Amino acid sequence: MTERRPRLAVWKFASCDGCQLSLLDCEDELLAVAAAIDIAYFPEASSTMAPGPYDLSLVEGSITTEHDAGRIGEIRRQSRHLVTIGACATAGGIQALRNFADVNEYVAAVYATPKYISTLATSTPISAHVAVDYELHGCPIDKRQLLEVISAFLAGRKPSIAAHSVCVECKQRGTTCVMVAQGTPCLGPVTHAGCGALCPAYNRGCYGCFGPMESPNTASLARQWQSLGAGRRELHRVFRSFNAAAEPFRRESEEHGD
Amino acid sequence: MATKTIRVDLMARVEGEGALDLAIQDGKVTRAQLRIFEPPRLFEALLRGRAYSETPDIVARICGICPIAYQMGAVHAIEQAFGMSVNGALRDLRRLIYCGEWIESHALHVVMLHAPDFLGYPDAIRMAADHGERVKAGLALKKTGNEILRVLGGREVHPVNVKVGGFYRLPERADLARLAGDLERARGHAQDLLEWASGFAFPDFERDYEFVALRHPQEYPINAGRIVSSRGLDLAIEDFHDEFEERQVEHSTALQAVLKRRGSYLVGPLARYSLNFDRLPPQVQALARQAGLGAVCRNPFKSILVRAVEMVYACEEALRLIASYVPPAAASLPVTVRAGVGQGCTEAPRGICHHRYEIDADGAIVSARIVPPTSQNQLSIEEDLAEVAARNLDLPDDALRDRCEQTIRNYDPCISCSAHFLKLSVRRA
Repeated sequence: MTERRPRLAVWKFASCDGCQLSLLDCEDELLAVAAAIDIAYFPEASSTMAPGPYDLSLVEGSITTEHDAGRIGEIRRQSRHLVTIGACATAGGIQALRNFADVNEYVAAVYATPKYISTLATSTPISAHVAVDYELHGCPIDKRQLLEVISAFLAGRKPSIAAHSVCVECKQRGTTCVMVAQGTPCLGPVTHAGCGALCPAYNRGCYGCFGPMESPNTASLARQWQSLGAGRRELHRVFRSFNAAAEPFRRESEEHGD
Repeated sequence: MATKTIRVDLMARVEGEGALDLAIQDGKVTRAQLRIFEPPRLFEALLRGRAYSETPDIVARICGICPIAYQMGAVHAIEQAFGMSVNGALRDLRRLIYCGEWIESHALHVVMLHAPDFLGYPDAIRMAADHGERVKAGLALKKTGNEILRVLGGREVHPVNVKVGGFYRLPERADLARLAGDLERARGHAQDLLEWASGFAFPDFERDYEFVALRHPQEYPINAGRIVSSRGLDLAIEDFHDEFEERQVEHSTALQAVLKRRGSYLVGPLARYSLNFDRLPPQVQALARQAGLGAVCRNPFKSILVRAVEMVYACEEALRLIASYVPPAAASLPVTVRAGVGQGCTEAPRGICHHRYEIDADGAIVSARIVPPTSQNQLSIEEDLAEVAARNLDLPDDALRDRCEQTIRNYDPCISCSAHFLKLSVRRA
């Protein structure tokens, strides 16, 4: 008899599918992962949908409907460990821009018959509804980090994921600082590492898609941006994107509001 | 009279979640509705007030599988509003990254989502136990598509290098040379997969769709062309909203696009191929014919073959683009912001994707309208379902249910794009 393989489930809420796709994008590792664990529930990849309980649930997407607010509670009850993957599940995603607006006006701007649409006034992270064991940042998540999180939880250890800023990754990569050398405004100093400092390596400033690092000094960075010419409108906008509802970014954006 | 209900709680192997309502009474299908419950994320509303320069990054988030399609629709539209156009080597690099998206998206669908239907497996992982080499070939092909996205875009999901005017950074020659090596192998994998899929058993089913796709004077359409149809439509992309409209139906959070004068139509690989067979290189045409395809394909179950043909083509096209690449003077053209309206339409892996933006003098988005492929195909999917179900009423419930699911998967629907939750219930009265 082989030992019982740990059971994995992958769940989707309001999202673009990109974070769960990251698992299928592990082209070299996928078959090995599938041999080591029982992918019990992953509708995007398989029509076998086995009932819980699950050892590890990966949750993509934010909560934007009453129905989904109920569904996440049931998933939590079925899951020994629950890990959120990506900016939507961890911070509410780009769709959390509605939190700062009138959702009815938003719906009316898209749909001719708004009454057919049932949606909440806010887009909220999973942690606003249930206890979360780990939050993996990124829009999208980095697949190497995903493999590390899966391995760590299944081995019963803490994931080894750096909590420092993108700046450290630029140094590791050997990228010259785009803000210092070119005067390009960059969110790297306040943004959670994980992407490998992609944007500066591509000659542009970081736009914050991994959300705030631990204890970011956003006020200081905002002053730096101002000295490079950024106005209130730009600062208001730049902190209000894929992680708009993450507290440090929300607060800094409000500082530059109308 | 006995009433029978079959229920599938969630449609598998599609991107996003939706439901099918099939009602059967006295041996007749009385209702076939694809219900889309994807919670709306309201992109067209949240784009208002954003800078033009942020738009390619924001719209990428509509879809993790085809972010390039959204980025390209947006940059083309914004460039049109600014009265500029991107040509030469920069245009070629855009076509190259788009080939990468076609390859990764089609390989995902052909091998991991669609092939298991024909061979009777729940997923590609279990299919790999008996067809390991094919699954590995599919994964290798997918990886090559993603590698193009990584080299040109920085990462496979939500690439960071596309901007209005071109790119932030040009690729290194050595990286392109490495890609060319990968693509040679990938082309071989794509041909093998086409040959493999051509041996599948296809239901004898055709419908007289109105195909709608782009058509370009020389190229197989990816990033440019006029909008044409198999019933004589021939429009500039700017006239899209004159002939097409989006209607809201109660059972769907995706708007359904229709031709104002004729109703349902079909976009995607079948339409693109059937309207542009003559634009494929002769050796790709020959491979298509060897696989049993004609110049026109009206059998939606054979879309798997057409996707495989398009993978071969995308590998060849990517190789051609790399071979002829001469680096441009700069990674992007200078942008002069002005107020205006711009439209863009490109061939996403699932079909045409149309964008229209109104921009103010500060370069902020005033209004946005985006019509993704799946919302255009939604009516055709429902019509296919009604007909497939009607022809297969004698099948046992399980088999009928499987056939209906496969009918939906023929379209590689991207429900996240179009608006989620596919519940299939068959009610027999």
